[in-house]
Amino acid sequence: MKNLFSKKNLIWLGLLIVFFFLVQFLIDIRVITPYYRTIVYWVGIFIILGVSLNIIIGITGQLSLGHAGFMSIGAYSAAIVMQNMPDMTGLLLGMLIGGLVSILVSFVVAIPTLRLKGDYLAIATLGVGEIIRIVILNLEITNGASGISNIKNLISWPLLFVFVVLAVVLSANFKNSAIGRACISIKEDEIASEAMGIHTTKYKVIAFIFGAVLASVAGSLYATTYYVVKPETFGIATSINILIIVVFGGMGSLTGSVIATGFIGIINMFLQSFAEVRLITYALVLIVVMIFRPQGLLGSKEFGLDKILGFKPPFSKKLRKEKST
Amino acid sequence: MSYLTVEHLTKNFGGLSAVSNVSISVNEGELVGLIGPNGAGKTTLFNVLTGVYKPTQGKVILNKDGKSIELSKLPPYKITHQGVARTFQNIRLFKDLTVLDNVKIAMNQQAKYGLFGALTRLGKFYASEADIEQRAHEFLKKVNLDDLAYDLAKNLPYGKQRQLEIARAMATGAKLLFLDEPAAGMNPQETHALTEFIAKIRKEMDLTIVLIEHDMSLVMNICERIFVLDYGKLIASGTADEVKNNRKVIEAYLGEEE
Repeated sequence: MKNLFSKKNLIWLGLLIVFFFLVQFLIDIRVITPYYRTIVYWVGIFIILGVSLNIIIGITGQLSLGHAGFMSIGAYSAAIVMQNMPDMTGLLLGMLIGGLVSILVSFVVAIPTLRLKGDYLAIATLGVGEIIRIVILNLEITNGASGISNIKNLISWPLLFVFVVLAVVLSANFKNSAIGRACISIKEDEIASEAMGIHTTKYKVIAFIFGAVLASVAGSLYATTYYVVKPETFGIATSINILIIVVFGGMGSLTGSVIATGFIGIINMFLQSFAEVRLITYALVLIVVMIFRPQGLLGSKEFGLDKILGFKPPFSKKLRKEKST
Repeated sequence: MSYLTVEHLTKNFGGLSAVSNVSISVNEGELVGLIGPNGAGKTTLFNVLTGVYKPTQGKVILNKDGKSIELSKLPPYKITHQGVARTFQNIRLFKDLTVLDNVKIAMNQQAKYGLFGALTRLGKFYASEADIEQRAHEFLKKVNLDDLAYDLAKNLPYGKQRQLEIARAMATGAKLLFLDEPAAGMNPQETHALTEFIAKIRKEMDLTIVLIEHDMSLVMNICERIFVLDYGKLIASGTADEVKNNRKVIEAYLGEEE
């Protein structure tokens, strides 16, 4: 318990509370208008998606291009459940069902596809995303191509905030544990990892499922935010958008994904009024960033309090001094 | 029974027999060298011993605590769990991680929490993490790398990288080490330092070591027994002096006399 309430965690908690009430205040006094609020929601949902894909690609090193597929599982689960139960219980139940279905689907998918490497894995996961989309397109319960509309809108800043924080904290805990270290070692060198006694297949599957479940939760939030879910929303374009967040923020940097999503959200907002040149400008910004920061905004580093507040791992400071003298 | 027994081991790649009918045995605490000209099948033999390849024929048996374990039936990570670890001919460190993290990953088996504990940080998480961190530091002190603990592995000098790779293999808790050309690319001073390092860790940690090496000064200096491979076959074995004067060995290295 002492560790859970360490100085660092308490400072983070304080910052989050301040941020939460600041945004809530801005919403209340209408500085954040309902239009800006949609952008906040978009950013929140895509933070969850970006962070979850980063677990698979940036941390475990498995290139997956089917992330929107898992997002659609959560979206449709929430949409279907909420047709009969248009309240918070319905949303949470839909989220839960979506999560369970995602676990099942990602497990079945992971076992054969994670044997593949690099480009082959990318193509296989791309196929998985498409299969999920086409299944949804042809099912009766999902209402085919016209999708499900009139989903009750339950999204609010507090609800979004809770889920985004939960997703990021769980992902950070995942990364900073023995499981996360195992996953990182797989990305670094799979052969060496296996020689160090790490059951590489197991950890790849765990990371894949973990990412899929978070994507599904983001999908449920998406459904209730935009009232409508259609199969075409969850195509390859959305998967690529999530991938852009990961690459843009830096592979393996969770905080990088968070910052990148915010950045892209703001770019999108400014470009909204120039609909004709929106995609061109968007692409240009990305190209410029990739030229000057090919490793992404943060590379593989995390934005943390350690450097700012001078927290150091117990031994390093002394040793660094000794070394430099 | 000897510690490690290799019985009639054969590994074929299509029509090519990279290792054919090799039988060797290694006793507990021994330091054994494996030499042979390029392409003799030394690394293939290592790959079979550590589970990277399945043997075409034959068995690899480890005798541990009175039980015999057939290594050739296990995948590489389970072989490591049995206390057998290796290094690679071309260094395979986790380059973008710190020296400390490299060792921590090797100690991953000691983590006493699962996915739930990792995500919620409840239960034994903090205690177990602190324990691993401390052990990793203690271990690095033992191998004289603790002052580099927070440096990235890729920024280490070449000799230190080799040393770290050996240290990382030991950190898995291994009692049997396979070292694939530990002195490759080293200058004489570095080789000398490495020779001393191997001798030291072996004594301190009761290790059994099998090493592949081309640097004869290292092999002849510290190996108690030497096996010589040529074209996948075992052509000689014995002490350094016996092997040095073996006619077949001389022929393998220098060619036959006219």
